[in-house]
Amino acid sequence: MNETDVTKNITNNNKKHVKISPPLIAMLLAMLLFLLSGLLPAGYSTLQGAIRQGLNILRLASFIAIIGAGQTLVIISGGEGIDLSAGPIVTVGALLTYMIINGQNSLILPVLLLVIATGAVIGLFNGLGITYLKISPFVMTLGMAGVVQGALILWTKGYYDGRVAPIMTQLAARDLIWGIPGMIFIWILIGILMTLLLERTRYGKQLFAIGVNRVAARLSGVKVKRMVVFTYVLAGAMAAFSGFLLVGYTQNAGPNLGNQYLFPSIIAVAIGGTQMSGGKGSYFGTIAGAIVIQLISSLLTTMQLPQALQQIIYGSLLVLILIIYGREKSLRS
Amino acid sequence: MPEKKNNHKFINWVTAVNKKYAIGIPLILLVVSTVIFFSLQTNIFEPGTISRLTNSNFRTWLPVLLLTMGQGLVLIGGGLDLSNGSIVSVGNVVLALYITSADEPWHNLAIVALVIAFGLAAGFLNGFLTVYLGLQPVIVTFATSFIYAGLALLLLPTPGGAIPRDYTNFYRNTQYLGVPFSLLLLFFLLLLWGIFRHRKYGRFLYAVGGNPKAAYTTGVPVTWVKISTYVLSGLLASFGAISYSLLTGSGFSGSGADMMLPSITGAIIGGISFSGGSGSLVGAVFGGIILGNIRRIISIARIDSWAVTLVNALVIVFALAAPGAINLLRRKK
Repeated sequence: MNETDVTKNITNNNKKHVKISPPLIAMLLAMLLFLLSGLLPAGYSTLQGAIRQGLNILRLASFIAIIGAGQTLVIISGGEGIDLSAGPIVTVGALLTYMIINGQNSLILPVLLLVIATGAVIGLFNGLGITYLKISPFVMTLGMAGVVQGALILWTKGYYDGRVAPIMTQLAARDLIWGIPGMIFIWILIGILMTLLLERTRYGKQLFAIGVNRVAARLSGVKVKRMVVFTYVLAGAMAAFSGFLLVGYTQNAGPNLGNQYLFPSIIAVAIGGTQMSGGKGSYFGTIAGAIVIQLISSLLTTMQLPQALQQIIYGSLLVLILIIYGREKSLRS
Repeated sequence: MPEKKNNHKFINWVTAVNKKYAIGIPLILLVVSTVIFFSLQTNIFEPGTISRLTNSNFRTWLPVLLLTMGQGLVLIGGGLDLSNGSIVSVGNVVLALYITSADEPWHNLAIVALVIAFGLAAGFLNGFLTVYLGLQPVIVTFATSFIYAGLALLLLPTPGGAIPRDYTNFYRNTQYLGVPFSLLLLFFLLLLWGIFRHRKYGRFLYAVGGNPKAAYTTGVPVTWVKISTYVLSGLLASFGAISYSLLTGSGFSGSGADMMLPSITGAIIGGISFSGGSGSLVGAVFGGIILGNIRRIISIARIDSWAVTLVNALVIVFALAAPGAINLLRRKK
């Protein structure tokens, strides 16, 4: 398999102490996978076909990467941070948009604000539970995911009806200019904003600081609890916003729309070299990881593997990435 | 004011019991929730009702209670096992697929042994990855849970299979001196733990969970103690799979998915903390029973069926939040 080849490369690199950053490895891996996918019977044969397929992959990857944006922040913040409520929050964002807008362009802005506020409130509960009640982030966000899912069922009563606004369709599903989908421009914009947030703001600096060592960060004047809560609020708002974008592409929303993106987005963050224990990572890595995971997923789909086998492969892939990148220091050292 | 003084004495006594056995508050909650549950029954004074209800409750709860014990061990050791539910799924699917007739006791015994061996192996894999390779328990067991769940889905894509009636009837109806089989098994396991708790293994476990560095420097085999908690969790999950299969008599690849979060919640209500090294298994079992009682009370309350998912999820979140909230209030005082 391709992944194992690359794994070997990575371990070789480590042995020779050649430093290639994980996001770069992921990008190279993505290119390699894309070239390989051209060799498949269902692959492209002309340059034009290759471009079209490439753009399609990028468009699909954009959703994983945008949902992974909030996840990247939460994981960098450390303390075993992870946001499993992202899946249902995406669904909430999508359903709110879908059912309230109902085809009216004029409602886009108020609904967008409502969507972001809803996500932020759910994130606030996550953050408060994790910091003040000391609930393990995984368990807290998983519990919250259940609450959100339950609230969705109570709200919709199994009846999903609505329509997306025409402008959203234009932006998220169609090509904007030069045959490039509008989603890709939105993605580039989000990528720039995320990178600026992480690299150029005080928030970003403090986020990495609390990810590396919370005690040290607190002693050097970072308000750790406030930072963590704010990070989960931000992650919730971003996930809800992703739902808003996602429904513009799918044109349709159901009760499990977001859940299928949750695990891929976490793997994307991991592939991109963001340390699962926090303190290290980049959004560029998540972008590269999203492309890799989308390529793998397309590959598995064209090979017509059953869903169960795909699930096993995803799980094994995550374990593999963790073994390569995510070692904690052992007690002996 | 003598009343207040009395009250004080009572609180002192509770804290003393809580400190010594770490089950004070869970015990009170257990008694209260059980009394409420039974008082809501209409025909409670008819002979045999209590025994019938006890049997039906415990045979339903046994799978989750077994998982809660395993989770409790892992949590005391300072880890977290998110894959125990998926181990149940695999065991349940294997049992439903291969145990089809009561006429082949040796074949059936071999299958049961296979399920137990799988539980041990899966637990060992979790322990090996988290402890030996030093990966984060949360994310690793999350990944392996995907692998195991995928395996279950691969083996049995659609619900089916049938456990022979002789076996299921034995599990459902056996009572010794009015005590149901499931409750006896729990007593037996707790007794077994009671023996080990105050010997080397138990003391090592609490030392490892409380302060692994100190335990390591005083010569406790930290790695092996920690791995053993995951192995025991896997073993108890395979017991859970067997009891669940006997309870439902059929196979379903998602059978364990809803057990993982309750297993953590039960342990937390029972006084075990996420940071490890404190709490007791008796408390964890009490916590599991409390959770079961609450769910039963909710189902008696006949709430809107669209709201059931939300209410159950809220119960989980509140139960997770309660210990932290109590701590927070105490510190403020």
